[in-house]
Amino acid sequence: MIEIVNWKRGMEVKNEMQLEFRAISDNEAFARTAVAAFVAQLNPTLEEISDIKTAVSEAVTNSIIHGYEGEDCEENRVWIHCFIKEDVLEVDIKDSGVGIGDIDKAMEPLFTTKPELERSGMGFSFMEAFMDDLEVYSEPGQGTTVHMVKKLGITPWIADAE
Amino acid sequence: MEEDFKVIDNYLMIRMPDEIDHHQSVYISKNADKYIMDEKVGNVVFDFERTTFMDSSGIGIIVGRYKKIACFGGKVYAINTDNRIRRVLMLSGLHNVVEIM
Repeated sequence: MIEIVNWKRGMEVKNEMQLEFRAISDNEAFARTAVAAFVAQLNPTLEEISDIKTAVSEAVTNSIIHGYEGEDCEENRVWIHCFIKEDVLEVDIKDSGVGIGDIDKAMEPLFTTKPELERSGMGFSFMEAFMDDLEVYSEPGQGTTVHMVKKLGITPWIADAE
Repeated sequence: MEEDFKVIDNYLMIRMPDEIDHHQSVYISKNADKYIMDEKVGNVVFDFERTTFMDSSGIGIIVGRYKKIACFGGKVYAINTDNRIRRVLMLSGLHNVVEIM
């Protein structure tokens, strides 16, 4: 599995949360709700909560249906690791599935390897659109880690900078 | 959930659930296709009144139904969309093929 070594760079970690669950679609709603509940301490707006839930949902769905190819097996797990640094949320969503050969191709809008499941190919585009930063670490057979960053309460932050 | 599908004239009305994700989407797509085939409806209307959450799986549902009926001149409508749903539809470029109300 690919570990992200530089997650601690920059700001001090104020809070941290880790989740592990079986890779089945029943857990998608649980995963995004859990992350949203964890973020609540930063007083996010409804818009921000909604953005985070969508991005988490996309990443978890990818792990389940692409990483583990929809196969329900006890060892198939998805891990979520959240950090709060000041007013920034960082989320890592990790699986130990098949991995991605061509990450650039996978991130192209409308590209999907599962058209038969009616996947729209918009997963990564949504993650990019709804979060501030997105990085994907993957190699075939090594699983995939999606690292997302979102700064909350953007408005007061811009006011401070002026 | 069966009562969330209704045929009115040539329109299939689908009341979307409060949360639309991959877990829900399989059921909705399958059931919608059953109505499209059996009742031979030409148009599909997705009602988002109850919906508070939708990810890209929702786009898959809409595009999938659009492909099924568009070749026969059918149209797809999305009604009662809030800002959130509209944003997701716009991001995917669906406002070009779906009538959003």
